[in-house]
Amino acid sequence: MLRAPAGEPLQVRLQVNGEPRVVSIPVHKTLLEVLREDLGLTGTKHGCELGECGTCTVLIDGEPVLSCLALPAAVQGRGVTTVEGLETAEGLHPLQQAFAELGAAQCGYCTPAFLLTAKALLDEEPAPSRQAIVDALGGNLCRCTGYLKIYEAVELAAARMRGEDAEPAWETLYGES
Amino acid sequence: MAKAETMGPASGGLRVVGRALPKVDAVAKVTGRTKFADDLFLPRMLHCKMLRSTTPHASIVSIDTSRAEAHPGVHAVLVGADLPIPYGILPVSQDEHALCPHKVRFIGDPVAAVAAIDEETAWEACGLIEVVYDVLEPVGSIEDALDADDPQIHLYGDGHNVHKAVALEFGDVEAGLAEAELVQEDVFFYEGSTHLPMEQHAALADWRPDPAAGAPGNGPPAGRLTVWTASQTPHYVHRALAQVLGLPAARIRVIATPNGGGFGGKSDPFNHEIVVAELARRTGRPVKICLTREEVFYCHRGRHPVLMWMKTGFRKDGSITGMHFRSFLDGGGYGSYGVASTYYTGALQTTTYPVPAYRFEGLRAFTNKPPCGPKRGHGTPQPRFALEVHLDKAAERLGLDPAEMRLSHLVAAESVTANYLKIGSMGLGACIEKVVVASGWKRRFRKLPEGKGLGLACGSYISGAGLPIYWNNMPHSGVQLKLDRGGGVTVFCGSIEIGQGSDSVLAYVVAEVLGVDPFEIEVVTADTSLTPVDLGSYSSRVTLMTGNAALQAAERARELLVQAVSEEWEVSGVRVAFAEGRVFDVEDPERSIPFADAVVLAEGKFGTLGTVGSYTPPRSPGRYRGAGVGPSPAYSYAAAVAEVTVDLETGEMKVDEIWIAHDIGRAINPVVAIGQVEGSVYMGLGEALMEEMTYRGNRNVVHHHPSLLEYKSPTTHEMCRIHTFLVEDPDPNGPFGAKEVGQGPLLPIPPAIVNAVYDAVGARVDEVPVTPQKILAALKRKAKGEAPREGPGPVPEFDWPAPIRVPTPWEGGDGRALEEAREMGRGGVRAGAGGGVGAVTGGKPV
Amino acid sequence: MMRLPRFEYLVPESVEEALALKRDAPPDAAYVAGGTDLYPNMKRRHQEPPVVIALHEIAALKEISRLEDGGLAIGAACTLTQVASHPRVRADYPAVAATMRLISTPILQNMGTIGGNLLLDTRCNYYDQNYEWRKSISFCMKKDGTICWVAPQSPRCWAVQSADSAPLLVAMGAAVDLAGPGGERTIPIAALYRDDGILYLTKQRDELLTRIRLPAPNGWRASYRKLRRRGAFDFPVLGVGAWAKLADDGAVEDARVVLGGVGSAPEVVDKAREALVGRRLDSDAIAAAARAVWKAGRPLDNTDFTLSWRKEMIRPYVARTLGDLLDSP
Repeated sequence: MLRAPAGEPLQVRLQVNGEPRVVSIPVHKTLLEVLREDLGLTGTKHGCELGECGTCTVLIDGEPVLSCLALPAAVQGRGVTTVEGLETAEGLHPLQQAFAELGAAQCGYCTPAFLLTAKALLDEEPAPSRQAIVDALGGNLCRCTGYLKIYEAVELAAARMRGEDAEPAWETLYGES
Repeated sequence: MAKAETMGPASGGLRVVGRALPKVDAVAKVTGRTKFADDLFLPRMLHCKMLRSTTPHASIVSIDTSRAEAHPGVHAVLVGADLPIPYGILPVSQDEHALCPHKVRFIGDPVAAVAAIDEETAWEACGLIEVVYDVLEPVGSIEDALDADDPQIHLYGDGHNVHKAVALEFGDVEAGLAEAELVQEDVFFYEGSTHLPMEQHAALADWRPDPAAGAPGNGPPAGRLTVWTASQTPHYVHRALAQVLGLPAARIRVIATPNGGGFGGKSDPFNHEIVVAELARRTGRPVKICLTREEVFYCHRGRHPVLMWMKTGFRKDGSITGMHFRSFLDGGGYGSYGVASTYYTGALQTTTYPVPAYRFEGLRAFTNKPPCGPKRGHGTPQPRFALEVHLDKAAERLGLDPAEMRLSHLVAAESVTANYLKIGSMGLGACIEKVVVASGWKRRFRKLPEGKGLGLACGSYISGAGLPIYWNNMPHSGVQLKLDRGGGVTVFCGSIEIGQGSDSVLAYVVAEVLGVDPFEIEVVTADTSLTPVDLGSYSSRVTLMTGNAALQAAERARELLVQAVSEEWEVSGVRVAFAEGRVFDVEDPERSIPFADAVVLAEGKFGTLGTVGSYTPPRSPGRYRGAGVGPSPAYSYAAAVAEVTVDLETGEMKVDEIWIAHDIGRAINPVVAIGQVEGSVYMGLGEALMEEMTYRGNRNVVHHHPSLLEYKSPTTHEMCRIHTFLVEDPDPNGPFGAKEVGQGPLLPIPPAIVNAVYDAVGARVDEVPVTPQKILAALKRKAKGEAPREGPGPVPEFDWPAPIRVPTPWEGGDGRALEEAREMGRGGVRAGAGGGVGAVTGGKPV
Repeated sequence: MMRLPRFEYLVPESVEEALALKRDAPPDAAYVAGGTDLYPNMKRRHQEPPVVIALHEIAALKEISRLEDGGLAIGAACTLTQVASHPRVRADYPAVAATMRLISTPILQNMGTIGGNLLLDTRCNYYDQNYEWRKSISFCMKKDGTICWVAPQSPRCWAVQSADSAPLLVAMGAAVDLAGPGGERTIPIAALYRDDGILYLTKQRDELLTRIRLPAPNGWRASYRKLRRRGAFDFPVLGVGAWAKLADDGAVEDARVVLGGVGSAPEVVDKAREALVGRRLDSDAIAAAARAVWKAGRPLDNTDFTLSWRKEMIRPYVARTLGDLLDSP
């Protein structure tokens, strides 16, 4: 049984982006705060810290959760994926590539959360319908894009991840005529 | 990025402009590399929290900070007396203090600030500060503000709690109305809303003492201040810091970090930026603040709630004979951009359909709420909503198709409006035609089953304001270009990336001119020490103004390279061309050298290579007081059709589809432009359906719901399908013909939706947001045989100042008022300091 | 950044251990499962438990298993996603699976638990605000103050029961197991709630909600609809749970209609049952039941939307929820 006294440092082991990390933190410090302030992974953003916007989404064992409401002590030993963990030596993740191509990241602030939520969706469902994408991304707010370029980017990335030689639709890039 | 380099419809020999390329910062944005203000951490950094007023209107009797100062971990505590110099974005409303010294004007107004070792300690210390207030009656509404019995919020303005009252008349409106075959009169209300950028405002200040500082008896220590801040206007923050801190501007460096969304909400200099700067100076340590979401609501400067009355005369063919428009703005507790906002509610009513005579009266009230300011479309979505719904009603009464009626009466390109706005290119007709055809308008409008409806509306917006916020005759935008002998090109510009793609525009324009890959160009922006001034990312000015400045700098650089290369090759300069990273001879394409070699030749000839470019908008023809708001180098146009489904039993409504065409002049990057259109539609949809920045009048004027849960920002589920058409009608004033796209596409959305609701249910809702309860209320009146309308009642009585009369161009006017600089002749009401347009330009009417 | 106050954090590995820790902890110690309700409340300083006892290591609370009576037992700490995607739930309790998907957002469904949803703190526009905001109105009786701003003359708090799962599960006649120092007891979910915004549960401080018992799927039908502004995030400002058992001839043998998002507890409207039982579930019967519920529902002005419209929406929402029963298997 774990007993962590209030305010005292607690050693927590996390598997962050595939790498073992150990932090010594007071137990009330959220995963969001620890990622940003103790591990320097500022790619994880925050918009309310109350679970009302989805901006701080990370993956825990592949499942999207809000890091502002998660305690490191409660996810001890589990795999945490942040936006910094998407890129590999081979290059950008197909979602990152598609977001970049289609301007699905405008200000870029909500982007890490959208990328991770979308990754969890595509890992589970390689060919989601537009409605499935709308549903899966319902817990992530974006104020810039109106979501449409994000949907299109998820679809483009999904096609490429299925091995298709997909390119963006002409209308996506140049508008309707 | 190879995949993205799909060749677009590049025309006119353009190789970069017009192509759907990724933005230059795209990879940083999708990998978490972009450092936003709160992502910055410095060694020894302290954290700041501000204590805010919990009462809407009060005098401060005393503040006791002793317990906070004694709290372990606290390094400094500030109160209003520590920062006594006022500031404000406009020279005529320097009515803010970094911390309230004497009086608080809304719940959330800051009274004290703490710097401590961590955020928790700072928050605890704020709780130890004791403030004694002498509570005053709060002013909760425009009606309250016009009631002289309530206490005054500010001791300046155009009346008791009237911040600004303006009246302008162009031509003879009464004669115009008399000549009309139909006079339409309406009252509309547009609820206030806020920007809600996902990034909460944050700022970090660092103070570096001079080596000679510290000698006793030499006054306050000298040093240099650096402030990183999520600001759309680092230049104005720079000025405000110098003013309030009493430091030479040369000792202050402001670096605007990429904004995690702006929409106008990060355009004012903010109290927290000044506070962390002063705390850094006092403690000698870096100090950071990141506002909570609730505090972001209190920063606000968002959309003014505006009550509007309008009366327009029409001929049977739908042409306008005269228009009289009144606006009442609920301004909140401070001036902010409010004087400009007030003028903007009247300025752009004339840019779409010819208005031969126009009278505008506008009033901004002070109320005890967070101050309103510029939100996407600044002051124009509200009157545009009124105008476009008003036209829809008039078209129906005249038996005209609302699309046809608009198409038949369009302002001409290269013309001047009644209020002396110089129109350049004008693609609204093409926009209307696009959306009419694509939406099946002609066969579906007024013919869909009950509960389904189509609505059409248009809009127009400025591509940058013609005048700067403070009076000066310097450029609005400057660009420096550095060419490295290795072939590297660096663009320096004060513009700030807020997600709209401004960094990319600089790279694309320079790449186009120099024939290099835009991704090879280094872009350095928004650093007052490194980059020349650009006024900021507001008023949709950046593409046009920085684009033109970059174009000039790049052309000057190209000229140096041409000279050096043509001399080397011993050919005429006209034969030297630039493309694909090489410089070649157009008459002998086999002869070419890498771009870097051309730079080496030029550096050898001229020495170190650098060029500059700058942009100043053309002078506007308006010369009357008030003419400073509205002029722009170019106007964008947009038309939209919305399709909605209304549940007749509940009033619940869904926007199914929107067709929108935007006259952008030329899309520098179409995919980025479409992103701006879609984002504008989204924001317009939110304002039309659900967003409300409202207060509990009966509960201390406290904000209803300063949270992301209860302030309703549309989720993926509310977003509709959008068909975007880019209409490219190049404007002579735009770089490569480009006009704005960041704000204009929002304007037609709320009225198109509201007009569609009428088509669907045959009842009018004359206000936004058009909520289900309002639709149901209108439907019930319809069922009872009453006027099928839900909306505001009559506008308040107000003794408007006598209008400044300006003869129209077609009356032979020259842009001047009949009686220059006339005082507004109403008892107890004086002209704003500087008066009229001086209110915005700092006292010099242009 | 909104941060949590300090607290001692205990992670028991069994129900017994959890109960023992709770017994020894100060009275305002809190259990936490998903944390999606408690942690925001703590950040806003609504709740400041000095001790937080986390339930995520207790395997027994995360099991879904068949009951002897043919029903299904769902561990209280099962996440909403787990419940919604469980094959048994999807096959036999489609309304339960669908309702889980209506709660908040998909991401919060991965964190929040079914037990946590049932025990959700009551909500109110005057209460679900930051500390400074509440200070600006001199607080309210639910936390730090003395008055109910919704009904200033009222001696009680009118905060709203806002869990989506409650109206449905009450309508279904589900039960809950509560483990306490004196052993375990099983009560109907309806009996879990009290009509008071502050003391909104009958669960004792020392008791732990361990399981939800769904009745055997033997021919009844159930449905839930919620009224909210947006398709995600928002709590119900009106929730309708409906349940009916139809005879072979289509006559209603038994029915329950439950209103959520209106009062401080889910409200079983007996008059609706009276309007339905013995009749076919046709539009007349549905209209009569909807009218009965509409008469019974008394929303107050403390959620999103105006109270008059919320009240008005009871009829169509009840009618549509009952209509769903005809379509459900």
